[in-house]
Amino acid sequence: MAERLPPKERTKVPRQEMPERDAQERACNFDEVNLGFESALAEKEAQRCLSCTDPKCMHGCPVGVQVREFVDLVLEGNYLDAAAKIREDNVLPAVTGRVCPQENQCEGACILSKRFAPLAIGHLERFVADYERATGQVGLPERAPATGKKVAVVGSGPAGLSCAGDLTLKGHDVTVLEALHEIGGVLVYGIPEFRLPKEIVRGEVENLRRMGVEFETNVVVGKTVTMDELFDEEGYEAVFIATGAGLPRFMNLPGEHLGGVYSANEFLTRVNLMKAYDTEHSDSPIYECRDRNVAVMGGGNTAMDAVRSALRLGAKNAYIVYRRGEEEMPARTEEVHHARDEGVQFMNLHNPIEFLGNDEGYLTGVQLIKMELGEPDDSGRRRPVPIEGSEFVMPIDVAVIAIGTGANPLVQASTPGLDTNKWGYIVADDQTLRTSRRGVFAGGDIVSGAATVILAMGAGRTAAKSIHQYLETGVW
Amino acid sequence: MFVVTEARTLAPDIRLIRVGAPRIARRRQAGQFVIVRVDAEFGERIPLTIADSDEDDGTITLIVQGVGKTTKLLNMLQPGETIADVVGPLGQPSDIRNFGTVVVVGGGVGTAIAYPTAVALKRAGNHVIGIVGARTKDILILEQEMGATTDELYFMTDDGSYGERGFVTQKLQSLLEEGRNIDHVLAIGPIPMMQAIADVTRPRDISTIVSLNPIMVDGTGMCGGCRVLVGGQSKFACVDGPEFDAHDVDFTILAQRNTMYRRHERGALEQLELTSEHCCQLRLQHPDVGPDVQAP
Repeated sequence: MAERLPPKERTKVPRQEMPERDAQERACNFDEVNLGFESALAEKEAQRCLSCTDPKCMHGCPVGVQVREFVDLVLEGNYLDAAAKIREDNVLPAVTGRVCPQENQCEGACILSKRFAPLAIGHLERFVADYERATGQVGLPERAPATGKKVAVVGSGPAGLSCAGDLTLKGHDVTVLEALHEIGGVLVYGIPEFRLPKEIVRGEVENLRRMGVEFETNVVVGKTVTMDELFDEEGYEAVFIATGAGLPRFMNLPGEHLGGVYSANEFLTRVNLMKAYDTEHSDSPIYECRDRNVAVMGGGNTAMDAVRSALRLGAKNAYIVYRRGEEEMPARTEEVHHARDEGVQFMNLHNPIEFLGNDEGYLTGVQLIKMELGEPDDSGRRRPVPIEGSEFVMPIDVAVIAIGTGANPLVQASTPGLDTNKWGYIVADDQTLRTSRRGVFAGGDIVSGAATVILAMGAGRTAAKSIHQYLETGVW
Repeated sequence: MFVVTEARTLAPDIRLIRVGAPRIARRRQAGQFVIVRVDAEFGERIPLTIADSDEDDGTITLIVQGVGKTTKLLNMLQPGETIADVVGPLGQPSDIRNFGTVVVVGGGVGTAIAYPTAVALKRAGNHVIGIVGARTKDILILEQEMGATTDELYFMTDDGSYGERGFVTQKLQSLLEEGRNIDHVLAIGPIPMMQAIADVTRPRDISTIVSLNPIMVDGTGMCGGCRVLVGGQSKFACVDGPEFDAHDVDFTILAQRNTMYRRHERGALEQLELTSEHCCQLRLQHPDVGPDVQAP
């Protein structure tokens, strides 16, 4: 156990940064980029916590992780208890410790960030979660006595898993229904191995299973079973819809049907879920990227995931084509830095206008136009305006369109009485996440539009509280 | 895991597989498909139309032509063995109405896809004319089943070994030239066949539906890999289809997109053939090895 430094001394300790794999080495494989803290680093970083009486970090966390308490436990050397403390509020600590945009959440709220670098809460969270996994002694919270009430959770992404975990602890019988063949939603089909190893996701899913959550794969609600059947025939008393924002958006440009043009969803699903990166074993192919030119259209985290995957698949040149400037990029700063270090080339202020192909229907290039920034638009960012006459053709073999996703309409279309907004997202009450149908709740990206893992988990927790209340009182 | 309850050969390289999937059996309608994954670890996801289902025993029937690695693996399955994943029923059901007189055209294994819709059209009160085509007599399938569900049935073989010699389009053309009144056509088979049928019916303005088979991954509208150009609009075959108005489909783009992974597919097949050859030899030398290394 480490002696606690006096408050003044604590601010003198510099923020401990996460060791990472060498950029040249990692750009050639799918091994995890960030290497994690050792206990000495973790202890040193934990010393920086000011133990605020009103911890802002906790309020900055969508699931309300008790940061101060777990950091105290790290300082005491009780790593397992620290992990268990996180688990009281967060069912996926090893995941969020890796993929949360902490700079906008806990760390953004950390009081240290006013004058110094914020406490590296994400790194500490990841450290204790990894420590716990390595020991195999996972401190699962205790489950309340069984209530005998059945709840179905539709979708096994972060919102669904978080809701399922909380409701199970309350003693309800929770079954998660997943359309794909693997549990985890975007954590397994979207986020690449080098940012979030699938082994980590499987571990967390296994923990939920041990807590008592049931999982069923290959169930498409709306097709395999309808909402009405879940209530009337399968005996569920409440349903939480957490199907995410899984509908890919295309740009409706000429040539978008050429072979070699992918949605980011398809590109990443092939690489991640279908393991196309393992060319030796996987039966699912991905269009050849080795020694070829790959351009990813978009500037978000998904675009970064896709372009860094393309590099790892052997691309000779991997480009980001983004119509605004780097300052306007929605991707996390860390992802942009990682991408640049690995050799991704940024073509900011460029926009595609046409995909070009050969007679056999394969992509050979993209016509781009240069852009400049004009007046701010509705989002407050400066609007990109095309520079007339600046068009040119860039030869590429693979294009990935990563300009965002929309609401998949499968569940809504097959569920009478479920209200949606003009974009097709489900309408749910802000506080209770109740939809227009009795017993049906919705949250995460299918309500908010594409957001982050942790916001979806926050919605899952809110839904769990609300569903629990509904099941207890029967009042809608 | 989904257990195979029946597996038998219909024609060379074409097998009928019945598999336990009670929820799918209960909900499926003519024209819908499932996504299947054979190998739990590295298997690919492929779409297969549901040829039939039995709600009482909770099974669905698939008719599979072994053309790629996954279909060949499926065709090696014996009763009691399992398929890792079967998900569905996916896609929009066929549009079943009383059109009057309908022609159902099935080319090759497309007959298996057309068959359930032919049954539904017959039940809806249509006069159903079947035209079944194949390269040669040996690979004709569902002859009896189609016979039982159609009012008239014609066979066309490329080599004249059964029925008439020629293409299914020729038969349709001659029916039209005889002055037969045809209200609706459903054509399912290889892309050139469907395109040719569309060309026959377009000048006469006969409503014509085709079922498309683009490459898919999830089958739920998530990846957009199965996008097809229909009437100048991008559609996802998995959720908007698989059936579309034949006169609006851009068949050239469909055919091109379907060849995107040809090189990979060939490689996977060669590897599979090497392994199965190895398994056969293994079985010859060690007749008592377990079922998981049995070749068909």
